[in-house]
Amino acid sequence: MANQAQSPSVHHKTVNPLAAKLQLRLDPDQLTNCMRCGFCLPACPTFAETGIEAESPRGRIALMKAVADGIMEPDRAFEEQMNHCLGCRACEPACPADVKYGRLLEQARDAIEDHTERHSIGVKLSRHAAFKKLFPNQKRMKLIGRSLQWYQQSGLQKFARQSGAMKLFPKHMQAMEKILPEASGQGIVEQIGTRHPAKGERIATVALFRGCLMDVLFTSTNRHTVDLLTEAGFEVVIPEEQNCCGALHAHSGEAEMARSLARQNVQVFKDAGVEFIVSNAGGCGALLVEYDHLLHEDPTWKEDASWFAAHVIDISELLVRHGRLPEFHNEDVSIRITYQDSCHLRNVMRTSDAPRQLMKQVKGVTYAEMKDADRCCGSAGIYNLTQPEMAGQILDHKMEHVRDTQAQVLLTSNPGCLLQMKHGIEQHGLRDQMQAVHIVDFLHDHMHPSRK
Amino acid sequence: MLQEEVKRELIAILGPTYVKDDMQTLVTHSYDGTPMLQALPDAVIYPLTTTEISDVMKVLHRHQVPLISRGSGTNLCGGTVPVHGGIVMVMHRMNQILEVDLENLTATVQPGLNTKKFITHVEELGLFYPPDPSSMSVSTLGGNIAECSGGLRGLKYGTTKDYVLGLEAVLANGDIIRTGGKLTKDVAGYDLTKLLVGSEGTLAVITEATLKLIPPPQYKKTMLAMYKDVYAAARTVSSIIESRIIPATLEILDHATIHVVDDYAKLGLPRDMEAMLLIEQDGDREAVERDIERITAICRQEQAVEVSVAQSQEEALKLLTARRSAFTALARLRPTTILEDATVPRSKIADMVIAIHRIAKKYEVQICTFGHAGDGNLHPTAMTDARDAEEIHRVEAAFEEIFEAAIQLGGTITGEHGVGLVKSPFLEWKVGAAGVEVMKAIKQAFDPLNLLNPGKVFAKESRKRVVIDRG
Repeated sequence: MANQAQSPSVHHKTVNPLAAKLQLRLDPDQLTNCMRCGFCLPACPTFAETGIEAESPRGRIALMKAVADGIMEPDRAFEEQMNHCLGCRACEPACPADVKYGRLLEQARDAIEDHTERHSIGVKLSRHAAFKKLFPNQKRMKLIGRSLQWYQQSGLQKFARQSGAMKLFPKHMQAMEKILPEASGQGIVEQIGTRHPAKGERIATVALFRGCLMDVLFTSTNRHTVDLLTEAGFEVVIPEEQNCCGALHAHSGEAEMARSLARQNVQVFKDAGVEFIVSNAGGCGALLVEYDHLLHEDPTWKEDASWFAAHVIDISELLVRHGRLPEFHNEDVSIRITYQDSCHLRNVMRTSDAPRQLMKQVKGVTYAEMKDADRCCGSAGIYNLTQPEMAGQILDHKMEHVRDTQAQVLLTSNPGCLLQMKHGIEQHGLRDQMQAVHIVDFLHDHMHPSRK
Repeated sequence: MLQEEVKRELIAILGPTYVKDDMQTLVTHSYDGTPMLQALPDAVIYPLTTTEISDVMKVLHRHQVPLISRGSGTNLCGGTVPVHGGIVMVMHRMNQILEVDLENLTATVQPGLNTKKFITHVEELGLFYPPDPSSMSVSTLGGNIAECSGGLRGLKYGTTKDYVLGLEAVLANGDIIRTGGKLTKDVAGYDLTKLLVGSEGTLAVITEATLKLIPPPQYKKTMLAMYKDVYAAARTVSSIIESRIIPATLEILDHATIHVVDDYAKLGLPRDMEAMLLIEQDGDREAVERDIERITAICRQEQAVEVSVAQSQEEALKLLTARRSAFTALARLRPTTILEDATVPRSKIADMVIAIHRIAKKYEVQICTFGHAGDGNLHPTAMTDARDAEEIHRVEAAFEEIFEAAIQLGGTITGEHGVGLVKSPFLEWKVGAAGVEVMKAIKQAFDPLNLLNPGKVFAKESRKRVVIDRG
């Protein structure tokens, strides 16, 4: 009990500016709420890989608290440890005390990002270009899409691969280049317009959150999402002025940019007058459902942000809970499928049952549950680019479980996970045996032919 | 600070990867599952073999450096907080199941093995290891043995001590001993196995354990009974046992816990109840059905307002949710949750629950009580805030009085969490001055230099007993 407390009484005068910033940013309530029971340890992928307490949620919170309490200085190792976390948030459902670990992590990263002088000029420039100029600008995203499309179709891709030019890039970049899907220079709105009536009696009007990356690299998935939704009885609108969700910004310590994107999206979707805001990417959806928290200190936006957050839903959840489901059929030879959870869909949006229910409804398909399907695949936003070593180790273990399912189709519900799974299949030489597919595309492919 | 020479010698034994003394490592090994305790070690080591541990102990013995061995650090008595500094030794790398002997029904394991993994493994072999502490998905078997962990199945199946047949352990001077074996009967000298179980890392470092396995029950049934009177619930507990029925699980939740659990899990529990019993029986189908029928009759006889028996596995899970979510529901109420384990003879359960209510009221603190009614092991749980010194002071005063009340009723200060740091000032209340002296003499015999987990079990000063105000 407390009279026995041996609280280390070292109290640094805060000269370290990062320490001061962390003390300001880190939510003291959340730090105190962690009671160190350790229930998060088995849920954490980096703890599972290393067995090191500092690589666990309990350990990372203890480090943050030690900095906040002035017991330790936030040194280089501290920064690295914060960046070593995948941010998969599997610790949150495991936590009895409901500690908002994701928030603490973002607060820590945000403070670190404000103070870091460690990024090389190259990293700084590319972060600036990507976070401030590219993702928040759908026109530029499409330009990238067109360039990528040109790269893939002009023969340059073939040339780059055959000539060995790709070898000039780091290994993990080469690997990602290999699995890039066919890009599109035209987003969903240019392709099909903004308003789509429900088939049959209208159940509700919903707005599609198209996502920035989704709209360039997975435009067909967005199209299939609209088809599935209208088929199931929803009228779909796609607000044209919507922007990137801001997830990559929020997870990388660019909170202000994330807030600015959030405000824009809240306004656009509020104006759309819809009953649900549908996401088909767990990574985006997870930030969208937390817009209320992201803008909770902003009195002008607080209320609308809460409305927004309360109305975001993943497509699988919407279909299962409110939709008129069409029949799904596999007419070819019987196949086995399996599913890799999107961490943010599962741990933040708390949707894990709905996609499984949908997959099990497809006739002529055997669903095999994968061991540790709920464990992060190592993609984790841009983690596979920033921490290639740990990401690779996690992926290797994941692919063992994938292989064990003997599935021909590996489904997932987030573009980052999908790319990582494609990369895994490629790297582990499983290309001839299986393919990775977004659950929306799979369901769309197996709708009754007349309905497609 | 670790002497350079000691560090060099440790690295020579373990390799540089497994000796760490950077700030990050020290901070993350300065706590365990106990609220409001923190102290930095001088270094953290991760051994792989018994020989390494023996060599490490020889070095530490020579330099007189303390050693705290630990598993996952989930204990609730401050048992692995390095209050005197020294080396924290994490046993996670020693996590193998060395053997499952199907002829003798034993398993031989390393101490860093995760409890849940072990239980799952033996269940797959069609066997059963009953001790099930709530932390089992996180905890290690070595930690369970060191703390003599209990769990929900204690009443019928006993606790960790009833399943440890033999141990290998390293003494403070580096010597290796083996106790017991795959033997049901063994009276060769003092029972060192039983002595080491629950010794909280103060006598030796456990490096291997041989555990008893039993055949699993074939069938299980779950039921629930609600009461408007705590005494009626408690009388039910006594009546069940008097009728020569030993249920596998017999749990109680008090009024305050029922409220909190229902707010959290939205189970639609009646709000005007003073107590709830959750009862499970396992065994042969016929016997289970008969027992559940008799228990139902006893519950009604003792004025249970509502009795429901689960008709399916799903229904059983739903009933169990109330008990399973108790800790989670309580932990979310306030920032700091202090979970105690005062234990009384089961015939005194009602008196103890009432005493806890009275004490909580007296000190104006929020205490919910739930726990293992069948074995008298209650968990009075205080919801508070570590940052509010005045409130924490009242919580401590309340718990002191709860410990005293337990002892007055013929109980103990701790049923399953251990003494560690937190209960050490109260140990004498339970075992008396002579009892403490005998225990200290045992400690002296094993560890004359006081190197193994120093500062635990024995307090510098025993707390003066509080006079209970019966008003």
